[in-house]
Amino acid sequence: MLTIENLSKSFGGVAATNDVSLHFPKGSLSAVIGPNGAGKTTFFNLITGAFRPDKGRILLDGTDIAGLSPPEIVRRGIGRAFQIARIFPTLTVHDAILGAVQAHRHQHTVIGRRFPLPELEDRAAHVMQLAGLTSKAKIVSRNLSHGDQKLLDIALALVLEPQVLLLDEPTAGMGPEERWAMIDTVHRMWELERMTLIFIEHDMSIVFKIAQSVKVLSYGRVLAEGTPDEIRRHPEVIKAYLGDEFEAAHA
Amino acid sequence: MSARSSLLRDSLIAIAAFLVLAALPYIFPSKGFTDFVVRLAAFGIFATSLNLLVGYSGMESFGHGLYFGLGCYTFALIMQNFAVSIPVAFLLTIFLSILVAVVVGSICVNLSEIYFAFLTLAFQMLLHSLIIAWTPITGGDQGLTGGIPRPPFLGIRLDNYYHLYLFSSGLLVVCLLAMHHIVQSPFGYTLRMIRDNVSRAPFLGINVFRVRLMAYVIAGAFGAVGGIVMSLFVSGAFPDFAYWTISGEAIFMIMLGGLTVFLGPLVGAVMLLLLNDVVTKLTSHYGIVLGGIILLFALGLRKGVLDFVADMWRDRRQATLSAENRSEVAASAKPAVAAGE
Repeated sequence: MLTIENLSKSFGGVAATNDVSLHFPKGSLSAVIGPNGAGKTTFFNLITGAFRPDKGRILLDGTDIAGLSPPEIVRRGIGRAFQIARIFPTLTVHDAILGAVQAHRHQHTVIGRRFPLPELEDRAAHVMQLAGLTSKAKIVSRNLSHGDQKLLDIALALVLEPQVLLLDEPTAGMGPEERWAMIDTVHRMWELERMTLIFIEHDMSIVFKIAQSVKVLSYGRVLAEGTPDEIRRHPEVIKAYLGDEFEAAHA
Repeated sequence: MSARSSLLRDSLIAIAAFLVLAALPYIFPSKGFTDFVVRLAAFGIFATSLNLLVGYSGMESFGHGLYFGLGCYTFALIMQNFAVSIPVAFLLTIFLSILVAVVVGSICVNLSEIYFAFLTLAFQMLLHSLIIAWTPITGGDQGLTGGIPRPPFLGIRLDNYYHLYLFSSGLLVVCLLAMHHIVQSPFGYTLRMIRDNVSRAPFLGINVFRVRLMAYVIAGAFGAVGGIVMSLFVSGAFPDFAYWTISGEAIFMIMLGGLTVFLGPLVGAVMLLLLNDVVTKLTSHYGIVLGGIILLFALGLRKGVLDFVADMWRDRRQATLSAENRSEVAASAKPAVAAGE
């Protein structure tokens, strides 16, 4: 269970996140939406320790993790993937995922043994299968397609067996078919691993199809939150983000 | 290949390499040849240790010569001033180098590329200035002359040039084996991850500072071993071994031989030392010729010799894998997921 209380962060007088309070129940699937510059990625950066909040609390199962470093937050069970896939370009898919597994299992500074550690192979194979990357295990990551690089980025986070997984625009830069294949994969991962999944997305058809709840940010503040049906009819959300055309199309 | 069998294979290769090196003086019975290999051992260990930072960790140190100079001077000073055996002086030198590396590394490893490069260089030049200024201890710009005592140990007499040759060759082989094991360990792969994407690693739970510091200290310790071999070779120590150009030479060796292949720096050391020996005999304008050759590699190949060969092999292998993957995907293609269904 992840609870955000009065979270704020400013950059040079601009409030990127302003007194945000949100609740994400254990095992839920939530979307964070909002116009560009609404503070969605900053919100993720605050939760994962990339930025230190000016004020507020981030409670993971009741423990405040605000201000901890990214590795400490990862160790407490929060994983993330990035808007622009952050992978390890010279490593093969297998080696990158196994590298993440060994980091998760505190084996990444072992010098006395050889890579790969056989006892970690099962977890790596499981995650590659979940992400649909098994057949690409020996391909060097930089040679993967854009979609597969995004999948690898997500798989790297999934390796960590996170309680909470944050995905920043998992379908960014993809064509319609590839986008839905990605969402199917993400949805399958969520069903199988039962983690709390929070994703940022601009494609409203995806958001309203798979999210259990939707949080809308605008100018760093929470504009609205609710079920997809509540959000698509919310007048302020329509005005600030969805637009009248969206309302007419989905009436 | 399993981890155990790959370690066994490496060990067998190392033993074979040592036996070949041991036999070579009987084929090339000249002092010039044995001297070349001893210098190669010193620079080969040194350049490979620098490549632990540059090639495997993405930390471009311009001041790795700090450890070459420190190893050289510390070993020579201990041998000249204390009645200790060579192994004791060796271990004390490594211990001191590790201490210095912990302090310098703690200050430097979290810095971004250019700041890391120049601060490490600054620390090296600090040592050089200390050597020049502290004349009563270090001999100043004349260096530590007068030779160093070489008491026999375990039947090894390092005042005998063949014994020194065997000892240096053995150290080269052992150090390369150890460093190769390190880069093939889980830690070595963590270094590659940090090199590839330093901003992603913390989000996998990796403490980048700690891992980088470990790499820096390990590289410093091996760099000092290179300095010890050089100290034994010249029977003393000279300020040039701590000057910035020594770091530059190691970088040239990596550039010539290649930084993505483990033996690249060793191959680069062979090339640079040969160039040095040949070109200095032919012309006094050594720097111009060497600079031209470096430019040829930098602008022509855009990589070291072994990088060039390895990249051709890797590209071919990846093209085959990608083609196989496309065929598999095409064969198993199912009707696409209906968009938005």
